[in-house]
Amino acid sequence: MATQGSGRLVIGTVLPRDLHPGAWWIWSLGLAAAVSRMANPVLIVLIVLVACFVVLARRTEAPWALSFRLYLYLGLLIITIRVVFRILVGGSGGGPVLFTLPRIPLPEVARGIELLGPIHRDSLLAGLYDGMRLAAIVICVGAANTLANPKRLLKSMPPALYEVGTAIVVALSVFPQLAESVQRVRRARRLRGDPGKGIGALRRIVVPVLEDALERSMTLAAGMDARGYGRSGQASRADRVLTGTLMLAGLTGLCVGTYAYLDHEAPRALAWPMLAAGAVLAALGFVVAGRRVARTRYRPDRWRAGELVAVASGLTVAVLTYVIADRRPDVILPTVAEGPTLTVAALVAVMIGLVPAFLTPPPALDPMAEVRR
Amino acid sequence: MIELRGLTFRYDGAPRPALRDVDLALPEGELVLVAGRTGSGKSTLLGTFNGLVPHFSGGELAGDVLVDGESIRGRAPRELADRIGYVGQDPLAGFVSDIVEDELAYGMEQLGLDARTMRRRVEETLDILGIAALRSRPLRTLSGGQQQRVAIGAVLTMHPRILVLDEPTSALDPTAAEDVLATLARLVDDLGLTVVLAEHRMERVIPFADRLVLVEDSRVRDGSPAELLVDSAVAPPVIELGRLAGWSPLPLSVREARRAKASLGALPEPVAVSLSPADPVLTATGITVTYGSLVAVREVDLVASAGRVTALMGRNGSGKSSLLWAVQGTGKRRSGTVDVDGRDPGTLSSSEARALVGLVPQTASDLLYLETVDQECSASDDQADAPAGTCRGILDRLAPGIPGDSHPRDLSEGQRLSLVLSIVLTARPRVIALDEPTRGLDYTAKAELAAILGELTADGRSVLLASHDVEFIAHVADECVVLADGEVVSAGPTARVLAESPAFAPQVSKILGPAWLTVDQVEAALA
Repeated sequence: MATQGSGRLVIGTVLPRDLHPGAWWIWSLGLAAAVSRMANPVLIVLIVLVACFVVLARRTEAPWALSFRLYLYLGLLIITIRVVFRILVGGSGGGPVLFTLPRIPLPEVARGIELLGPIHRDSLLAGLYDGMRLAAIVICVGAANTLANPKRLLKSMPPALYEVGTAIVVALSVFPQLAESVQRVRRARRLRGDPGKGIGALRRIVVPVLEDALERSMTLAAGMDARGYGRSGQASRADRVLTGTLMLAGLTGLCVGTYAYLDHEAPRALAWPMLAAGAVLAALGFVVAGRRVARTRYRPDRWRAGELVAVASGLTVAVLTYVIADRRPDVILPTVAEGPTLTVAALVAVMIGLVPAFLTPPPALDPMAEVRR
Repeated sequence: MIELRGLTFRYDGAPRPALRDVDLALPEGELVLVAGRTGSGKSTLLGTFNGLVPHFSGGELAGDVLVDGESIRGRAPRELADRIGYVGQDPLAGFVSDIVEDELAYGMEQLGLDARTMRRRVEETLDILGIAALRSRPLRTLSGGQQQRVAIGAVLTMHPRILVLDEPTSALDPTAAEDVLATLARLVDDLGLTVVLAEHRMERVIPFADRLVLVEDSRVRDGSPAELLVDSAVAPPVIELGRLAGWSPLPLSVREARRAKASLGALPEPVAVSLSPADPVLTATGITVTYGSLVAVREVDLVASAGRVTALMGRNGSGKSSLLWAVQGTGKRRSGTVDVDGRDPGTLSSSEARALVGLVPQTASDLLYLETVDQECSASDDQADAPAGTCRGILDRLAPGIPGDSHPRDLSEGQRLSLVLSIVLTARPRVIALDEPTRGLDYTAKAELAAILGELTADGRSVLLASHDVEFIAHVADECVVLADGEVVSAGPTARVLAESPAFAPQVSKILGPAWLTVDQVEAALA
């Protein structure tokens, strides 16, 4: 191992590059799936630490990469809200009483709800653990958002969904513009004196902003058309019928399969086979729809060893957590009264999430940013 | 390359056609300048080349458009994308992605080119346009000139034979505009591209142009610039000087005019206007404006005197707008004081502030929100506690003949500016601040605006004017303040400030020397 200028860990010969955004999403969803099964506070904290470590080791300097702190704050907020609510309406729960607050009497209608009163230790801890689990899931998703450019992820969609992806990308870039134009108009409004109140004042902002937005979108549409958007994709009638049939059949299969899977009285033959058949038909539909697309992609993200490592790491954490939860529920899902216990197996399962911090290629940083620092 | 045969086009619901009986043939490898008054149909003409008109605009089109000898009537713009590249006025409004490299590749992805060709063309284009250092930068962080070059690059990667640009430099400062135009001239020279561009400030393009297309009253004339400019309604100062002096052939560039100037003989030097000290209406001291860690304006002092026009100049982002907004009182100000009649607009309510300093912002239409001109005018009277009809009265003086029931969005650029100016003037401010008022105005409309400013100053009011338009400033401003990086780099009488800086010198002073600013001065000296 060697260290790079910025203190990031790098395997000797791996060239810096950006990982496929899908790989980061699968990794972080694996962690999120694992943590959603946990009630052990120590393991939950470890998962959050793992996510933080990997983010610090592999994030870039792009604007979306600097937002991780916000997810941490959001997590703290979630925990606080959970705990405060437990104190407010905590009511019963095992364990010793920690402290007693004066109970607020409620009218007869709200019987069954108790405001304040004695606070039990177990009820408070249960609220805390619950909040921690939710916060950890949010932080895992935040890690994915920090590590992967959300717009590049949209670009990696199958060709059949290209139009949808483009629409989302355009919509995402329109939002900051809309905010900008609201700000501009609000400021300009004061140049006409008395800002007014109520509907009249709102109208003075909404009308110019909407006119602006409409004009912008017409310009953008004309610009995109002039640059060839939508020129490929003239499907023949037969093509369209085939695609439609495949998609409809696929969806029906998925619906029936899901129903059979959830309803235990339905014949088992309908469950997994129907789900699988539905998925295959839907995938075929995508392929057929994508085949007529004569579009190409500039420098697409490819799946290579680094991506596989990240995916494998995330999935392993999830699978191991579920297996251990099955065998030793007291480790993954301890009751509040017992208190958390740990085993080596559980620790190892969580730590596998750290692997991408070492075994994936480091991100390609902007050389100018390096100089500026 | 492009041929129009008997083309007539009428917008839906319009009483008269926007273009009538247009016959035009543009040969290959030329730089063609399309000029004409505001609203004369320049953009419509450009739109017919790649089908944006009538495909996006609606309306009826008669006659035929041929590209490479093939009729494109009824074809959508997207089918012509690989032959005609179209670049609009505001590059940011047309960007589809958020990184320079992706933007360059977007068109090629639509054409379905293979990965290696795409990569090669992106690299070539980055080099041709000199933007290789920007390849991974987010588009929103680029300057206006850089954005415009990326927009040009984004269509160049499709290897079109024709490049059509609709006012590519109207939002740029003089230096950035020069850059973009030089890039275009190089594309014609090196790649043999046909470039067609519409432009209001012709003075910058004419030296490069092989052919001029004049759009006048929905009809079109074309020919070599020197012949057409003899009697065209729109003409830059160098041409007007040539007409005045009777030079033939007309000089098209400053360099040609300098060689011809001997025929003028010895002109009496214009009297250097010595500005008598006037009483200051607005005194701003130590104005500082910051946005986060960015210092937009740094401890600037500014004085606006009664009966004077003070111009603020400087490149894009040098702090002109921030200074105007801060002085008006609506914009944030970190420190500094403003004194108008002993009061500081920054500490007053917005209605009181606008009675001291009125501001016409860069996007003037932000102030308009009602359906008709009459409604806007009466609302403005109410807001300023002025007697009914005040605003309409001012508007009729500024731009007579605007129907009261027309929608403000349907007015021409100049008419809309007049409407906003009337609304601002209804509050009877002592100081009027204008932010980039000449954007989108042709020479005639600019002359009208200059006359309006003259009336205001004759009234004893003071005018602050932020602009890139050197020729306009030379015409109207008494004093100039040049800003760079939020600081004042030079200030004083217009003649001295403009002569000091080669980037800001107007054409007449480039030809005749620093004492001269406008064609009017020469005319007076010759008389």
